[in-house]
Amino acid sequence: MAGILVYALHDDEGNFNKNSLGALSEAAKLAGELGTEAAAVIVGDISDEGAQGLGNYGVTKVYRAKNVTEGLAQPIVDVMAKVITENDISYALFGGGLLGFEIGAGLTARLGAGVTMEVTKVKVDGGKLISERPILQDSQIADVGYVSEPGIIIGRLNAFDIKETGGSAEIVDLDVELSEWSTKAQMITRGEQRGADIDIEAADVLIGGGRGLGSAEGFDGAEALAGAFDNSAVAATRAVVDAGWWPYAGQIGQTGKTVAPKLYLAVGVSGAIQHKVGMQNSENIVAINKDPNAPIFEFSDLGIVGDLNKIMPKLTEALKARKG
Amino acid sequence: MKICVLVKEVPDAAVQKRIDTGSMRLDRSGENNLNPFDTHAIEAAMQLKEGGDLQVDEVVAVTMGPGSAQRALQKAVALGADRSVHLSDDALLGSDVCATGLALAKVLESESPDVVLLGQQSDDGECYTIGAVVADHLKMPSLTQVVKMDVEDGKLRCERQAEYGYDTVSLALPAVISVGDAINEPRYPSLKAIMGAKKKPLDTKSAGDVGIDPGQVGEAGSQTTVISLNPPPPKQAGEIIEDEDTNETVEKIVAWLDERKLI
Repeated sequence: MAGILVYALHDDEGNFNKNSLGALSEAAKLAGELGTEAAAVIVGDISDEGAQGLGNYGVTKVYRAKNVTEGLAQPIVDVMAKVITENDISYALFGGGLLGFEIGAGLTARLGAGVTMEVTKVKVDGGKLISERPILQDSQIADVGYVSEPGIIIGRLNAFDIKETGGSAEIVDLDVELSEWSTKAQMITRGEQRGADIDIEAADVLIGGGRGLGSAEGFDGAEALAGAFDNSAVAATRAVVDAGWWPYAGQIGQTGKTVAPKLYLAVGVSGAIQHKVGMQNSENIVAINKDPNAPIFEFSDLGIVGDLNKIMPKLTEALKARKG
Repeated sequence: MKICVLVKEVPDAAVQKRIDTGSMRLDRSGENNLNPFDTHAIEAAMQLKEGGDLQVDEVVAVTMGPGSAQRALQKAVALGADRSVHLSDDALLGSDVCATGLALAKVLESESPDVVLLGQQSDDGECYTIGAVVADHLKMPSLTQVVKMDVEDGKLRCERQAEYGYDTVSLALPAVISVGDAINEPRYPSLKAIMGAKKKPLDTKSAGDVGIDPGQVGEAGSQTTVISLNPPPPKQAGEIIEDEDTNETVEKIVAWLDERKLI
């Protein structure tokens, strides 16, 4: 079999990650075009029913390593390297997200394989896969091919759509011996939620706050601005959540949420790719940033180059006055 | 104990990044600088050294790149590294992630570090993957995007954000850690440190010096090939307002929102 192997990430309750499900659908579609099959790899305690259920996304086999803990990359590299080598797999595909990056990178070293990351599209050409990868802040799109097998493809967040095909997958249970160094990292706690539980997914208007707000106090201004709109909330970039300025529940992007409100008003957000992929489908994007070269101006409908400390309070005031 | 910090020279952020369409590589002519994400890794190394929980004898900055990459090493040394190692060889030109990871692992191996630190990404390649590639070659545990790191019983206790929230992971040494940019505020180098940077030892090494097989690096060792480069589909450019008179700016924003029935 010269198939495509996909890592399917899940949370501690056994719910599979949406980006992984998208990658399964994509792999099944590509395998159909290549005349081969797609399979999934899962680790940890997933029931037979849960594993077979991945067949609904078009994969025919699910390799399950029950004795391996989910959430750390290197043991999963051991599992995937074994499956790829023993089954002569041609490609490994990952949906967008942190773990996929780490596992894909580990496989690159382990198997001496070519890797592409932030892939937005995969094409079939002459019986091989080619990855489309935007580079240099998405100013160019590179078509990248693989010199050898396996080829490692790490998708960008939300790059692959989920398609349910119906069907059930065959489970292949694996007993994998871990590399000595894979056992040297221990998960102490996984998936801890920090800060208040705020809902940014139901809002029509989101104020997105970034590093340009300067401090946790800077978010007071963003909250005041949100207060001038109906059904609004304040969201944030990863950097400011990691800095403790805003709760994790309000985070957009690679390890946060994906949103598409009617209006996304970005204040002090530079517009790094990881943030962009989580909000670029918003109906209207307005950005305020003092740096005229900030990437966010490349994909905003209205950009204001200026000091948000001057503009934001006056804008809040003007909108409140209108509301009456 | 020894900490190695991987650093990289990148085109200055203020410079329009260009591709040399002949070679399909980044045009690295013009102003280059130390990758800003790497300054957090150097700062993390300094804090481990100064913190006293680990007996750190030296911090070594390591880079791979052309002659000009020495400037990035000088910056790293000015920020506190004790010495630096520059892997430079024409055989390395055109290395993809696979080949670069292998070459970096070889030069690191020659130093036998207890901790390898690097920034979360390079400002130019946007890859976020090198740490995990290097770690597997070195057979060390690793973690990326670490935003808090403490020493506990000789291990590194690290926190980072993954898909479902914050994970806390304990890693035995030796280990490879990519730090996120929220882990610290890098210090500014003192004038004295900048002046003294040129006096600290800098070793330049060729691929052969660290046992790299030339067939495994550069274009020969790369496992990916750029077939073509295309502009993205054209996008309607957004409207831009330069804020000169803020009252006027706000009026324009309100009118724009009003036109689209957003208020």
